[in-house]
Amino acid sequence: MIQRGTRVSLARHARLRDDPRSGKPVLLAPERALELNATGARIAVLCGGEPTVGEIVDRLIAETDGNLPAAQIETEVLSFLRALEDRGLLIARGP
Amino acid sequence: MTDEAPRPYTLIAELTYRCPLGCAYCSNPLELSAGADAELATAEWERVFTEAAGLGVLQVNLTGGEPLVRRDLEALVAAARKRELYVNLITSGIPADADRLARLAAAGLDSLQLSVQDVDPSGATWIAGRADDDAKKATAAAVRALGLPLTLNVVLHRGNIGRVPELVDLAEALGANRLELANTQYLGWALANREALLPAAAAIETARAQAAAARERLRGRMEILFVRPDYYTDRPRACMDGWARRYILVTPDGVALPCHQARAITTLTWENVRDRSLAAIWSDGPGFRAFRGEDWMPAPCRTCDERATDFGGCRCQAFALAGDAAATDPACALAPRHDLVRDARAAAETAPAGQAPVRLRRLRQPS
Repeated sequence: MIQRGTRVSLARHARLRDDPRSGKPVLLAPERALELNATGARIAVLCGGEPTVGEIVDRLIAETDGNLPAAQIETEVLSFLRALEDRGLLIARGP
Repeated sequence: MTDEAPRPYTLIAELTYRCPLGCAYCSNPLELSAGADAELATAEWERVFTEAAGLGVLQVNLTGGEPLVRRDLEALVAAARKRELYVNLITSGIPADADRLARLAAAGLDSLQLSVQDVDPSGATWIAGRADDDAKKATAAAVRALGLPLTLNVVLHRGNIGRVPELVDLAEALGANRLELANTQYLGWALANREALLPAAAAIETARAQAAAARERLRGRMEILFVRPDYYTDRPRACMDGWARRYILVTPDGVALPCHQARAITTLTWENVRDRSLAAIWSDGPGFRAFRGEDWMPAPCRTCDERATDFGGCRCQAFALAGDAAATDPACALAPRHDLVRDARAAAETAPAGQAPVRLRRLRQPS
């Protein structure tokens, strides 16, 4: 189960690109094209540095200048990462 | 219909009908007329990729037949990747060639889907004309060594549906990221061989439960997909996510279609990418427009609550079974001709065990 201490990165076969039609980021994988919202895209980019979940949460809290409750951000990050993991798009290591 | 055409997401590029296997459930048409000399050339495929990307396509499945028989496959992978398409190669893995796979990876291949006919060599020979365990294992090992994602695709039928646990074991041993256990859908070659292939209800239920247990056990390590035959679902499947809605298929000789089987619907007219742009065919080709949206739907589909979920099912199946491409898909329990599917299911319940004779898929030899 993914939690704050888990270290995450995108699966090697997941490719993030901009959709030329919508201008929105889209995550491509075999038989899949997931359109991401702004937060999802930011998390996907941050995953490139193989952070822990806690580091992603802290970074997003800093980037939103405290406009969103920290608990809400953490919930969003966890549910997004778990959704990626369920689709085989995430590599999770550690606790 | 004047609505703007929807955006396609995936191009299925059937590069060739040539294939070392003769699978009795092959999705290629029964009339395999396009030999090597009729196939689109490299530059023609490059133009198709450009036009597909322009329409909004994000993924391309390079398939066949066996796409490895195309000597220009490396160039085609590179051309698709250059247009930022996500490039999937769908292959039997025959012949196994690690150097070639390395060249394909270097050209930009994103993922590879390897077909496995059976874990039992006699079963593979019965259904495909030959067994190639070693080639499959070597291909899988080479793919994993290159760090490419590997999907194993197994088409299930009466001959192998009892071996789901062994198939899962094989997928684990080969290091697959994803295992597709997809029951045969009974069109084309599979329909011609239905009597020998359609499993009984209990066998499908057992296999589904085994796949579900394996999915739980392997969560996070391997994704497992199980697809039932639509003969047993009582509602039609969302064939191709709707007619001419998300997918474009181009045949080896350049005919643009909404799915693998549509060319068999003899009441529709199809166009060739050699004659017209893919964009023009997609938006106003008569075959593409025929069943796009909901205007074509008969009762009970037109008022059905599920019409936005299943898009009215499979038009090819309606044509093949009920003789009318606009009829309600006979897979639906509400269809006037559901009796056709019910009878086939009843026959499967009493079919004798063992390997019944099948007609293997063969490319028609030039005369």
